[in-house]
Amino acid sequence: MQAANANGTETGATDDFVTVFVGETLFGLAIERVHDVFVPSGVTPVPLAPAEIVGLLNLRGRVVTALCLRRRLGLPDAEADGDKAKRKMAIGLEQGGETFALVVDGVGEVLKLGADSREAVPINLDPRWRNLATCVHRLDGRLLVILDVDALLGFSAAGAQAA
Amino acid sequence: MDDLLREFLTESGEHLDTVDAELVRFEQDPNNETILRNIFRLVHTIKGTCGFLGLPRLEALAHAAETLMGRFRDGLPATSQSVTLILSTLDRLKAILADLEATGSEPAGSDDDLISALEAMAEPAAVAAPPPEPVLPDPVARELKPGEVTLDELEAAFMAAPGPDEAGFAAPVEAPEPVLPKPAPPKPALPKAEAPKAEHSRTEAAEADSAKAEPARVEGAEVETTATGKIQTIRVNVDTLEHLMTMVSELVLTRNQLLEIARRHEDSSYKVPLQRLSHVTAELQEGVMKTRMQPIGNAWQKLPRVVRDLSAELGKQIDLVMVGAETELDRQVLEVIKDPLTHMVRNSADHGLESTAGRVAAGKPARGTIRLAAYHEGGTITIEIADDGKGLDLAAIRRKAVERGLAPQADVDRMTDAQVAKFIFHAGFSTAAAVTSVSGRGVGMDVVKTNIETIGGIIDIATTAGRGTTFTIKIPLTLAIVAALIVRAGEHRFALPQVAVLELVRVDAGAQRVERINGSPVLRLRERLLPIVSLTGLLGQSSGHAEGAETEQAGFVVVAQVGRQRFGILVDEVFHTEEIVVKPMSAKLRHIPMFAGNTILGDGAVVLIVDPNGVARQVAQGVQGSAGHAEAEADTVEIGDTKTTLLVFKGGQGSFKAVPLSLVTRLEEIECDKVEWLGGRPLIQYRGRLMPLVPADPAITIRSEGTQALVVFSDGERAMGLVVDEIVDIVEERLDIEIAADRSDLIGSAVLRGRATDIINIAHFLPLAYDDWARGPKRPEQISTLLLVDDSAFFRDMLSPVLKAAGYQVITASSADAAMTTLQADPRIEVVVTDLEMPGRNGFDLVAAMRGAEPRLAGLPVIGLTGTVGTESVERARALAISDLVAKFDRSGLIAALAEISTSKVSKAA
Repeated sequence: MQAANANGTETGATDDFVTVFVGETLFGLAIERVHDVFVPSGVTPVPLAPAEIVGLLNLRGRVVTALCLRRRLGLPDAEADGDKAKRKMAIGLEQGGETFALVVDGVGEVLKLGADSREAVPINLDPRWRNLATCVHRLDGRLLVILDVDALLGFSAAGAQAA
Repeated sequence: MDDLLREFLTESGEHLDTVDAELVRFEQDPNNETILRNIFRLVHTIKGTCGFLGLPRLEALAHAAETLMGRFRDGLPATSQSVTLILSTLDRLKAILADLEATGSEPAGSDDDLISALEAMAEPAAVAAPPPEPVLPDPVARELKPGEVTLDELEAAFMAAPGPDEAGFAAPVEAPEPVLPKPAPPKPALPKAEAPKAEHSRTEAAEADSAKAEPARVEGAEVETTATGKIQTIRVNVDTLEHLMTMVSELVLTRNQLLEIARRHEDSSYKVPLQRLSHVTAELQEGVMKTRMQPIGNAWQKLPRVVRDLSAELGKQIDLVMVGAETELDRQVLEVIKDPLTHMVRNSADHGLESTAGRVAAGKPARGTIRLAAYHEGGTITIEIADDGKGLDLAAIRRKAVERGLAPQADVDRMTDAQVAKFIFHAGFSTAAAVTSVSGRGVGMDVVKTNIETIGGIIDIATTAGRGTTFTIKIPLTLAIVAALIVRAGEHRFALPQVAVLELVRVDAGAQRVERINGSPVLRLRERLLPIVSLTGLLGQSSGHAEGAETEQAGFVVVAQVGRQRFGILVDEVFHTEEIVVKPMSAKLRHIPMFAGNTILGDGAVVLIVDPNGVARQVAQGVQGSAGHAEAEADTVEIGDTKTTLLVFKGGQGSFKAVPLSLVTRLEEIECDKVEWLGGRPLIQYRGRLMPLVPADPAITIRSEGTQALVVFSDGERAMGLVVDEIVDIVEERLDIEIAADRSDLIGSAVLRGRATDIINIAHFLPLAYDDWARGPKRPEQISTLLLVDDSAFFRDMLSPVLKAAGYQVITASSADAAMTTLQADPRIEVVVTDLEMPGRNGFDLVAAMRGAEPRLAGLPVIGLTGTVGTESVERARALAISDLVAKFDRSGLIAALAEISTSKVSKAA
């Protein structure tokens, strides 16, 4: 179970991933780490916070820190014009007893993937991405970048400000 | 570690603390039987429990101490020496317990030193006692005598003693000893095996009811049989309480949400049960809060011992007076203040109180007093630590502060005593002449302050030379739920803890307005100046110039106090107070000093809780409005119909001159040696740029020494310093300008406050500073020529340079009729800026006439200048296709409106 997002070298076994997308890129998150999928609303921005953090929101009575996958990946914010201004989605993740909401452009289906389609992270990727991704899966017609949830949430306050 | 052992540890720890305190009392009052009996009982309990848990070291020590105390009871005088010996025995016991807690087993080691000392002390009176032999079986045999003799008494003491929670353990302990001489403490026997056995023997011995296997049940039985009128208590894991508290907090939130919904719906069938729910929740909340409450005396328990030891160490006679030990507060808070309190008492004993000789010389009683007091006050608890010593040496603190570079001499001289006293909270600050083992290392008061501030508390000092020092700590009753003021700043709501809030002041452009000194906002409040910070500015969310200036005109100032520091927090709106449940900030956001946490309001929204301590620090540092204010040039000044605010200064041969305040960016006082000369022109480095200086009058020479007053004008990125002799006043007066003298540097003169005053013409000075100022920067403007229509020469002269500086050719007209003539004559005019309120034909008439004229004029864009923007004028303006209405003094608004017209023209052309 824990091996799913780390290495997962067993051959026959398959892992389940929740797919999310940001712009045109498809990302996968280990399903065991995903607690919730919801539409973020009523986000309270936190002044002076690291750029990655969109704000705080109330998820069924719990205060959840929302961070933006786009900004975490160093991508520009989506332009808000036209039909691109779709409703964002959020993935509820947990780390160290705290709940986080990862804001993404959209959520896709759950994929069951085996080792046969898995590839190491290409070395020419942006270092920021390389640090966040564990592997890449070759899908029909597109690629799925598997993200390391702990690395995603593992930014320090100071580091985020410096970046 | 099994449960039994864990429970033993907790209990023994508590008992030892009590014994500590009681012994100190006993020393002072050696004839008090009750105290002695209490001590004896507790030590006995510990000894017995150790025996059956198989802890030989602890048992032997406790036994030896008990023997000595037995002697006290038999009439041996309790000397300070013997008490010290017992106290050090207790310390050893604590050390062993700590090890036991960490490792699960008794540490190896010998206590022969203490045991033999204890026995030697007990010796003179002990006739029958065999010579010291610190082997284990022996003590038990020897112990029989005092044990047996006192059993009845012990039992009696036991019954009378408070706290049935001890019964469970005390009972099994007391019984086995006399009854079972042989199986006493089998050394490393398994505690688990031992427990039922001991339990079994207890039931036999005590002749209690039949088989009761678990200690917990025995406890119940004990309570039933022995306790009448005792308070029943149980031990509950702290985590359980914490969880309960969290759940109640959630319940409170849900209730608040329901109430919010009910307010919006008219359906009254909900109301009654909801009301009930509300009450029950409130009661439940109170009940759960109570379970977390502990008397502050728990935090004070160690202090008598601390003071006793210090008094011996320092050779001072000290009385410790404790008042209000029963005052209850949240255990979380209690934990945090425990160490600071101990530290402060140590400080008082060491620094605060003089030596005995010193006291006598000063005519005071030889015994110094440290007084601890706690009491409730509103939603907070106040704790005072007072000594009747010599008071803080403020002169030494001042000296030290300067030496350590905490503040320049001049500042320190100006500070009040209270401010000076605060220096002791700086890290590493100590005025103790000699570093003693107790204090003087300068570590501590800063930690004390930090600890107290982390729980939202505040600390204050009052000191009188020769009379003593009082520290006052105010802390919230609980950290979990606080009353907070919900305010709006910018687009968002924030919660401000009520503890820090003194009052609310409404500010607007009228009587109560926020004024500025060098850009820093201040408020006059009851004859005192209050520094103001705007919450939006503080949080770096200022939304543009014009809006920022407006919001500072109207809003609320929350007057807050942190320690002795008072300041105002400017917010846009104040809603209500609400009991909020404080949730901690996410680990990712904890570094932001402005927030103490967050909470969910009744309507489900998450709001941030502003930390008044964090704000106070920012106020002191003056980091307000990082970017916004440096360039805030447009200080819009509201004027009545014809009243104008003018800055009056002395310039040249003592004459009074004035300039509209709205044109002034800042007032400065510079050191004369900062003035540099470049190509024969005076300049200063100002905010990272070079700013030319221009004398306001040819008669003024820039001083070569001291300070020089400047009036700074700026436009965009350029700034000019007008050199004046002295800034006199700001007056708000009806402006009645007499005919202008034939000097281009003056618009004219007026009578202000009964003095003839020249009104200077900025348009004259700007080109002196920058040759190209009047020509304007090379911007690709589409509109180059505009017509400025205003009946007042003053306004025309004021606005022309501004518009010229922005790159426009300006043609002026003084009336609607003159404007029409000019418009028809001059085809270059591409835009009209007109005052709407003019005598005779006003601005609207002019525009109406234009719209009815030839197509070229009918299509010209018009910007209306108005003193008051009312709905009526907006309607009329729209009907006449006036592009924009701009307040008369809003220069940047006017420039912006013009820029918009030119861009819309460009896009139309494209």
